[in-house]
Amino acid sequence: MVLMSVAARLRGQPGVREAAALMGTPANHALLAAAGLASPEVKGAAPGDLVLVVDAESEAAAAAALEAAGAMLEERSRASGVLRRPRTLEAALAARPDANLAVISVPGAYAALEARTALRGGLHVFLFSDNVSLADEVELKRLAAARGLLCMGPDCGTAYLGGIGLGFANVVPRGRIGCVAASGTGLQAVVSQLAALGEGISHGIGVGGRDLSAEVGGTMTTLALAALARDPRTEAIVVISKPPSAAALPALESAIRATGKPVVVCCLGAASSGAPGTWVSTLDDAADAAAALLRGVSWSPRAFSDPDSVRARLAALGPARGTIRGLYTGGTLAHEARLLLEPLLGATGHRILDLGADEFTVGRPHPMLDPDARAAQVREAARDRDVGVVLLDVVLGRGTHPNPAGVVARAVRDARETAARAGRGLLAVASVVGTDADPQGRRHQVEELRAAGVEVLPSNAQAARFVALALRPELALALLGPR
Amino acid sequence: MTLDAGLDQPLRVVNVGLELFAEQIEAQGAAVDRVDWRPPAGGPDIASLLARLED
Repeated sequence: MVLMSVAARLRGQPGVREAAALMGTPANHALLAAAGLASPEVKGAAPGDLVLVVDAESEAAAAAALEAAGAMLEERSRASGVLRRPRTLEAALAARPDANLAVISVPGAYAALEARTALRGGLHVFLFSDNVSLADEVELKRLAAARGLLCMGPDCGTAYLGGIGLGFANVVPRGRIGCVAASGTGLQAVVSQLAALGEGISHGIGVGGRDLSAEVGGTMTTLALAALARDPRTEAIVVISKPPSAAALPALESAIRATGKPVVVCCLGAASSGAPGTWVSTLDDAADAAAALLRGVSWSPRAFSDPDSVRARLAALGPARGTIRGLYTGGTLAHEARLLLEPLLGATGHRILDLGADEFTVGRPHPMLDPDARAAQVREAARDRDVGVVLLDVVLGRGTHPNPAGVVARAVRDARETAARAGRGLLAVASVVGTDADPQGRRHQVEELRAAGVEVLPSNAQAARFVALALRPELALALLGPR
Repeated sequence: MTLDAGLDQPLRVVNVGLELFAEQIEAQGAAVDRVDWRPPAGGPDIASLLARLED
C-alpha cells in the first residue's frame, strides 16, 4: 500500500511520464531489466532496499519528483516509526539507555544471541522463543543471575511484571499473590482462577519449562522467589512447575523457606515428601489454597466445586462409551489431565495429546494462535469408532486467537453429526482458561461452547474428572461423595 | 534495572520478534521500542561464532 501511494505521488509530479516504487527483490530486478531500467544504481539494490524509478521529460523534473517522494516517505516514517527502527538490539539499546526489559520471540537458533545481548546490556529478558539449547539456557541464566536480572525462558509463554502481561496473558487484577511459573498455561490457569476467587497477582515471573531440571538447577526459580520475598506487594507465593529434579529440589526448598511468606507449590506429578510450603496436585487447587492461606481459612482439595450440578448433568447425559481423545492447546493442561485420568481409568486406549508440542507444530503456528489444526483433529476423532469422548481446553487472553470457542464449537457440531450418522454418541467436555476481562470474554466463550453441546467445567482438573465419571459411573462415590 | 530496584519499576520494553507482543504491551500502557530484526547474514552458526569472538 505504501509503495503504491509513493508511485502515485511520483506520477502526479510535473513532467513525469511513468514511475514505479518497488523493493529490490530478484523478481523486481528482472522486471526492471526487461523494462530497460536496470541502471547501475538500481542493480545494486538489495531485497530490503526501496527502488524508485522515474521516467521524466527532463533531469530536473525527475529530481524534483524524487525529492517529493522522499518527503512523503519521511512523513510516513515519522507517523509510523517503521523506517526509523533500529536493525539490531545493540542499536536499540544505544538509542534507549533506559530500556529495562527485552521481549524476544525470534527463531530459537538466534534467540540466545539476542538474549545474551540484552542481559549484557542490563535488561531483564522475556524469552518466548523455544528451540534454545539446554547449554545456552544454562549459560543465559547464570549470566542473568550474576547480574541480578531475570531471564524468563526460553519457552516462556506468559509472565506479568508490574501489572503488565507479557506473551499470552489473561487480563487479571493486580493483587497480593506472586507467582513463579515454569509453565505459561499453568500460570494462565492459576491467575485466571485467582481472579475468579477475587484475588489479584503482584507479579507472575515465568522461568521456562526446564528451570527445575538437573542441568539448570532452578537458577531462575530461586532468584524469582527471592525477588517476590522482597516485594512489598506480595503476601503469598504460588510456584507452578513440573516435578523438580532431585538435583534442583534442595535449592527450591531452601528458597521457599527463605521467603518467609506462605508458599503454595504445584509441581504437577510430585508429592510433597515433607518439603516446605503447601504442596497441591492441581492448578485449581493451587489457586484455591493460595486464596485460603491469605484469608486465614482452612482449605482441603475437592474434586468438584459443585458436585450436585455434576451429578445432575451426568444423569442427564447417561453413561459414555469408548475411549478419550484429549486434544489440548496447553501442554501443562494436557499433562494435568493425564495425571488425573491414569489412576482413575488405567491406560486403556485413552490418548491425551498436547497439540502445542514440537511434533504437531513443525511449520505451523502454535494452536493458541491458530486453532484450525485442533478443529481438524476434533472432526477426525469423530471418525474413529473407538473414540467416545473428546476432552478439550480453551485458552483465552491477550495474544491468543480472538474466538477459540467459536472454532471449537463448529468442530464439535460437525464431529457430533459425524458420530451420530455412524450411530454413535460423542461426548465433548471442555474447560475455559481465562477471565471475563479477557478480549474474548470468558462467559461468552463458555456460552458458545455450551450452545454446541459441549459440557463446560470450571477447571481442567474438573473436566478430566467429569470425563472419568461419565465413562465409569462407579467412581461417583469416590469423586462426588455420598449422595 | 536489576532486581535490587524491585519488580515494580515502570517497564521500558525493547521488542525483538513478533509485533503482536509489542502491540499488546503498548496497549497496556508500557513504552515499547521495536527492533526491525532480520536473521544475521551467514545464519545462526556464523552469528554465534562472531558473538563469541567479541567476548
